[in-house]
Amino acid sequence: MMLQSNNTAIKTELTNEPFVPVMYEIKRIQRETEDTFTIDLILPDKKKTNFRFKPGQFNSMFVHGCGEVPISISGNPIKNEKIVHTIRVVGTVTRAIRRLKVGEYIGIRGPFGSHWPVEKAVDKNVIIIAGGIGLAPIRPAVYHILEHREKYKDLSILYGARTPDDIIFKKELESIRGRFDIDLHVTVDRADNKWMGNVGVVPTLAKRITSDPSNSIAFVCGPEIMMRYSAVALQQYGMSLQDIYISLERNMKCGIGLCGHCQYTGKFICKDGPVYSYETVKDLLKTREI
Amino acid sequence: MTSLTSYLVEHPFLKGMDKKHIDLVVGCAKNVRYNPGDYLFHEGDEADWFYFIREGQLALEVFRPHKGGIVFQTLGTNDVLGWSWLVAPYMRHFDCRATELTRAIALDGNCLRKKCEEDHELGYAMMNRFVKLTEDELMALRLQLMDIYDAPIK
Repeated sequence: MMLQSNNTAIKTELTNEPFVPVMYEIKRIQRETEDTFTIDLILPDKKKTNFRFKPGQFNSMFVHGCGEVPISISGNPIKNEKIVHTIRVVGTVTRAIRRLKVGEYIGIRGPFGSHWPVEKAVDKNVIIIAGGIGLAPIRPAVYHILEHREKYKDLSILYGARTPDDIIFKKELESIRGRFDIDLHVTVDRADNKWMGNVGVVPTLAKRITSDPSNSIAFVCGPEIMMRYSAVALQQYGMSLQDIYISLERNMKCGIGLCGHCQYTGKFICKDGPVYSYETVKDLLKTREI
Repeated sequence: MTSLTSYLVEHPFLKGMDKKHIDLVVGCAKNVRYNPGDYLFHEGDEADWFYFIREGQLALEVFRPHKGGIVFQTLGTNDVLGWSWLVAPYMRHFDCRATELTRAIALDGNCLRKKCEEDHELGYAMMNRFVKLTEDELMALRLQLMDIYDAPIK
């Protein structure tokens, strides 16, 4: 199947029918926080998948008898032997997914949507700002940059969570902190005095960035209000809006821009997005009740 | 040029300030150093000083009986700490503790208030900057209060 995303043709092993899910076996479930977990999927006969996706794309996950939910892919786009999703339990389908056990099956349609412009970021400083579960859709971009580290200049990662207990991918963040070629700042909105890290909202960390803003690109993902404030902070830091990319989330259903559930004025988030240049959607973000 | 002057001239907070005013500010400044765990001040103390943090980290916290302290903001390199020195009755509303080895430039609020009274241009320049700092912190506080990471559906 060929899907057009960001004008790039992406081949997928999944199916010739975009509405037909392919069943995958749950290989591993990793608890991230009280309400968030990461799930690894492989083909049912234990074969490795050849699933290919670009950082920032999402799959539609199907639980038999329950329904579908769009979930960003959080795994490594280079290592495609498994499909990885990080899921926060917020509704019926995600609750049903959490009840599944290793060895049980789940349906997948995808990958869908546009991706983080990692090609455009080559030879630039990359600034990643993520809030809460927003680190999951942006993690594949981090993997991509780390796999091709020599192609990129400074890499800054600013991550915010509600409390220290709500930080996801803790072990990976700890290992990243030890690298000299990554500037990592983690903050929480609230903490007791045993927490030795930053406290405060993630946009305030933008003042910690030391790279040249005129040769920087930013990928921002998290609650929409956090992305808006982060864009303001990045502008104050000296970046232009067309170099800031965000990932939007609406009621994505079909994944191919047909059903209209995720229509956002003239755009279909599932097909034209979820990743957009902030410049192109900044006015849409002011539109109420969409 | 002293190290204090060269640091303050370059500091983003004082960017654009006249050299003569920088010199007046430097006249109220001194270098300070805090070890991890040191308290700079406690709630209710007189707010005689404010700080330009050169390096390290400071935590602003409130003590809750039987529950310990809750940290609501941390400040780091190049941040400015404290505006209570500008507003009567010049009292601290929170505790401030160093969580890392912290070096800072401390400015004497009493000294600077007097100079601002005598030189209203300096007073305006300082007030302008502290209003912006207050606005930034108020915006961040509002965002913090929104609890934006709360689950949309329970």
